[in-house]
Amino acid sequence: MARARPRPLKEQFRPGDAVRVLDAHPLGHVRTPFYIRGKTGTVERLCGAFPNPEELAQMRDGLPAQPLYRVRFRQQDVWPDYRGGADDVVEVEIYQHWLEKP
Amino acid sequence: MNDPGPYRPLTYFQLMEISLRELLVEKGVVTEEEVAEEVEAMRRRGYERGARVVARAWTDPGYKQRLLENGTKACEELGLEVPALKLLVVENTPEVHNAIVCTLCSCYPRMLLGIPPEWYKSRNYRSRMVREPRAVLAEFGLEIPERVAIRVHDSTADMRYLVLPMRPSGTEGWNEERLASLVTRDCMIGVAVPRA
Repeated sequence: MARARPRPLKEQFRPGDAVRVLDAHPLGHVRTPFYIRGKTGTVERLCGAFPNPEELAQMRDGLPAQPLYRVRFRQQDVWPDYRGGADDVVEVEIYQHWLEKP
Repeated sequence: MNDPGPYRPLTYFQLMEISLRELLVEKGVVTEEEVAEEVEAMRRRGYERGARVVARAWTDPGYKQRLLENGTKACEELGLEVPALKLLVVENTPEVHNAIVCTLCSCYPRMLLGIPPEWYKSRNYRSRMVREPRAVLAEFGLEIPERVAIRVHDSTADMRYLVLPMRPSGTEGWNEERLASLVTRDCMIGVAVPRA
């Protein structure tokens, strides 16, 4: 008999919330780019819940699913010497376990 | 017969592909024919499907709204099969220009745009597009005025992105087919804009 699929983890953030990406450096397959670690941005939207890719890469099921957020960062916050307007942004998909309240 | 060039042993990934394919065939999971058909279908797929989606959005405001709300469903509405594609469509406006990159690898909406161009997968584009987008776009011949904000989308996880460009002026009364002919692959990645 198939085991029931566990429910996705509860969402801890909402669109508009300020969030900081963990400044962590775990080994293995990680889908959080280096350049955005430790940076603070704003949740733009919730994309849904997806199996954790760090677990999937280890041949595990990645469950419970992790909420995935689209986070918007001001370019001037990401790159102190950024050349461009103050409204220029970069948006990155980040899984919930990589985010904390700033 | 063409000169095949100097002997080169198979690379690690070529060997892995062959081993995996042969194993899957041997176990009866797929046939060689199915693999060949899928590769051929992937090669044939161009960006015309993406252009159709854009042209429909330009001519049908209701469709555009549905496309921005749920890209995947809106594609299916046009009869496009987009399995496993979680599509986010981002709209260019007079105030915002969007562009797509995948800094970690080369995530790309293949179901709509076909195989990505070589430059999309290059380290140069991937590392610089998030760092100095205005300079990169200028190298594509696209000068974005300072008053227009640039929104770079790093396709890092499960979503795929498509830029909905602005409909060029001078195209009033054009039908969808004619409009679609203006929409290039680069327009939907955000490194170009359509011109009539």
